[in-house]
Amino acid sequence: MSTESDNGKKSQSLSLFLGCVAPNRYPGIEFASRKVMKDLGVDLHELKGASCCPAPGVFKSFDKTAWLTMASRNIVLSEQMDMDLLTVCNGCYGSLGEANHMLLHDSDCKDKVNKNLSEVGLEYKGNAKVRHIIEFLEKDVGPKAIKEKVTVPLDGIKVAVHYGCHMIRPSKEKEGLGSAENPRFFDALVDATGAKSVDYEEKLMCCGAGGGARSAFLGATLKLAEKKLDILKKGEFDCIVDACPFCHLQYDSGQVQLNKEGKDYRIPVLHYSQLLGLALGYSSNELGIQMNMTTNPAFEEKIIALQEKAKEKAQEQAPEKAKEA
Amino acid sequence: MTDPISSSEIDKNFFGELTQEKGLEKALLCFNCSGCSTGCPMKDIESKFDIKKYIRMAGLGMKNQILNDPYLWYCTTCYKCQERCPEGVLNVDTLLRMRTMAVREGIMLSAHREVAHFVLDTGHAVPINDSNRKKRLELGLSEVPPTVHMYPEAYEQVRKLLKVCEFDALTQKE
Repeated sequence: MSTESDNGKKSQSLSLFLGCVAPNRYPGIEFASRKVMKDLGVDLHELKGASCCPAPGVFKSFDKTAWLTMASRNIVLSEQMDMDLLTVCNGCYGSLGEANHMLLHDSDCKDKVNKNLSEVGLEYKGNAKVRHIIEFLEKDVGPKAIKEKVTVPLDGIKVAVHYGCHMIRPSKEKEGLGSAENPRFFDALVDATGAKSVDYEEKLMCCGAGGGARSAFLGATLKLAEKKLDILKKGEFDCIVDACPFCHLQYDSGQVQLNKEGKDYRIPVLHYSQLLGLALGYSSNELGIQMNMTTNPAFEEKIIALQEKAKEKAQEQAPEKAKEA
Repeated sequence: MTDPISSSEIDKNFFGELTQEKGLEKALLCFNCSGCSTGCPMKDIESKFDIKKYIRMAGLGMKNQILNDPYLWYCTTCYKCQERCPEGVLNVDTLLRMRTMAVREGIMLSAHREVAHFVLDTGHAVPINDSNRKKRLELGLSEVPPTVHMYPEAYEQVRKLLKVCEFDALTQKE
């Protein structure tokens, strides 16, 4: 990674790109991301004045130049801070990552975009990377370092990992994440919390929300969500863990919609930052998990029991530690 | 869509126009293996959405049939087909280019026009609302995020860029 060779410290300092759905619909994801990264020693700096990535489904469909121009402005804001940009959303990662990839490899595109940006006094140079929180945690922090920070091991929590499409595909734009057909890196980060990522049928299936499909054809996209939710219900999973606020919205609000049609789903949906937040000792309330549309008291009870168990253990160890000191 | 078409309905310039974007000419390499459609999660739900069909129709120049097909908008861009195509056909990228051509002919869904207008009006596709302002404060976050929502001059910059790209004219309400 070029940033590491420039400056050893720089890789632990990133600009935080919020996007739309996290800050404006699931602020708990924003809060949890800020908290856990701070606890892991990663400095996140405000990317002041950033906009929508923009939403790839509509923008890439409508007008590629408008998409690239708006995306490049967000990247330029990070360039001006001399930092790589961190997203907490697969959609933003896909949109900004692909735009960055295209601008780096296609000089015609870059010239066109820079001509537009010059109208507001900006210039895209191409020296900031677009990172995703999961990919960053995997490569730059690592499951081992995360495990060492865990104070409330989430033993016995059965997790259905939902990778989401744009974290792994198109794979030509994603470096060093292993197989796009059978990825493991996200599962390893979940296991580091003490919870257990358990494989299931259709694990890599799309949530259905992307490409503008959710806004135009909600019913059809919910059928996609339903397919996965049925599998998870049968498998008695404790929760879904995702890395994308848009997939999050689809599964969380989707359960409420489907329940209105006679279904009975109560599977809590957590962004990875929220799962990790629980393992680092924050409560469901603090992390905004209770602000979800779908909540489940059984899950909440399990978490509280784990937190109490961890507290007791810490108290038992405290006198021993004091003696050692 | 399955009716036979007459040669008068074929647009010989369509493929050239479609493949102005680099790499999309690979659509001609499709040898009909159906790997794309077989793996498509949306086709499972809605059989009228068939990515292979658009790729094959492109080579034949079936412009009107493609651009006016409402199912063109069912793709969730999961990229599974593009990832798996043994010929390296850029299925999703090609479909997105077809959508762009449709939009230029004035064909767009009102839901998508609305998303475009949220971005034009606020800089966010999903702007803040009252209940989430409250949730942010409850969590100890700023009432609005430090994005274009907090910095009006940043929003003006976005607005100006979209104007430069003529995105406002493209998505103008009828």
